[in-house]
Amino acid sequence: MPTVAMKVNGANVVHDIPDNTLLVSFLRETMGLTGTHVGCDTSQCGACIVHVNGESIKSCSILAAQLDGADVTTIEGIANGDELHPMQQAFHENHGLQCGFCTPGMVMSAIELVEKNKNLSEREIREGLEGNICRCTGYHNIVKSVQDAATRMGG
Amino acid sequence: MYSTKYVKARDIDDAVKALKSADDGKFLAGGMTLIPTLKQRLANPDCLVDLSACGLSSIDDEGSAIRIGAMTRHVDVAESALVQKAIPALTHLAAHIGDRQVRNRGTIGGSLANNDPAACYPAALLALGGTVHTQSRSIAAEDYFDGMFETALEEDEIIHAVSLPKPEKAAYVKFPNPASRYAMVGVFVAKFADGVRVAVTGAGEDGVFRAHDLEAALNANFSADAIADGMVSSDGLMSDIHASADYRAHLIGEMTRRAVNACT
Repeated sequence: MPTVAMKVNGANVVHDIPDNTLLVSFLRETMGLTGTHVGCDTSQCGACIVHVNGESIKSCSILAAQLDGADVTTIEGIANGDELHPMQQAFHENHGLQCGFCTPGMVMSAIELVEKNKNLSEREIREGLEGNICRCTGYHNIVKSVQDAATRMGG
Repeated sequence: MYSTKYVKARDIDDAVKALKSADDGKFLAGGMTLIPTLKQRLANPDCLVDLSACGLSSIDDEGSAIRIGAMTRHVDVAESALVQKAIPALTHLAAHIGDRQVRNRGTIGGSLANNDPAACYPAALLALGGTVHTQSRSIAAEDYFDGMFETALEEDEIIHAVSLPKPEKAAYVKFPNPASRYAMVGVFVAKFADGVRVAVTGAGEDGVFRAHDLEAALNANFSADAIADGMVSSDGLMSDIHASADYRAHLIGEMTRRAVNACT
């Protein structure tokens, strides 16, 4: 069983895990960080998106062992204490969710999108969220949320 | 996922040694096809040999061609100023593979080694007349693809890099499947001093192929008008739930016209 050491939400963690452990299983079952969701099991829905070394990836499509030494941020790690991340605040105020299941992945994906480009067109936002599937909202308020957050984040 | 052993190779020699010591090992590049395949229990390798620490990520100008390391991710190709200047069609292609999260992990070498019949990179390699470099030899694109999910690579052969000649102009246009976003038909048109090459992905029963009839038409007249309706035969094209062979034949003509118009 390999030993995996990584930084998760700023804290150093070390665990012995089976070789075939997916990052999402490591986060949810070993770390108890259940904010990262499993929506599809086929690598399509994006509910499991987290940041690895600042980039968004699907945590269901990578082994935890591949990320030995990596810096991982989950939805639990983006707020500043009680103060929500601007992307979370924008989703809250623009009602960018209905059931909320896809929201952690949407927020993590959108943060990277906006950090790379703060002047996104609506089309660029829609294309940028291609890897995230929402079955409730029709995406309209999600796009509004990301536009709002881009302004809050300095766009 | 079945149980398996994970090994992070230090270099190419280490990777080959790890694969040889396994009964049924697999090289792991970005994992954007392999990991989902394992999750579905469609494969059961006893060992995964991770190539990410083998130092194969690079983009270099070689004068008449660019050389891209096998573990270079789609996002790195899409954001490379060198690629944008030398082969903008490749920038466009890389920027539209899968989704952002796939592009943050998926690699050019992994895509070419897997040779999915609907992947985008095989069309670029074939249309640009590229070369695949492994630890033991260099394989011309014409000799590399060997049918759906099959290539000329030996079991323990690892792609180091790919050389892609710079065309006078080129474009890649795909018609994505509305659900999977894989190419239902993707056409890469590349114009060189010695002629035009047209490579088609997503459509052929044997994977990527060159459309020689379309190349002849474009060599005579490099214009979208040169591509007449009915010029593409449906022989040898896939027919499935997503599209009939006839529809794919139509799409090949239309995507070729669009690619010619988009050539830069």
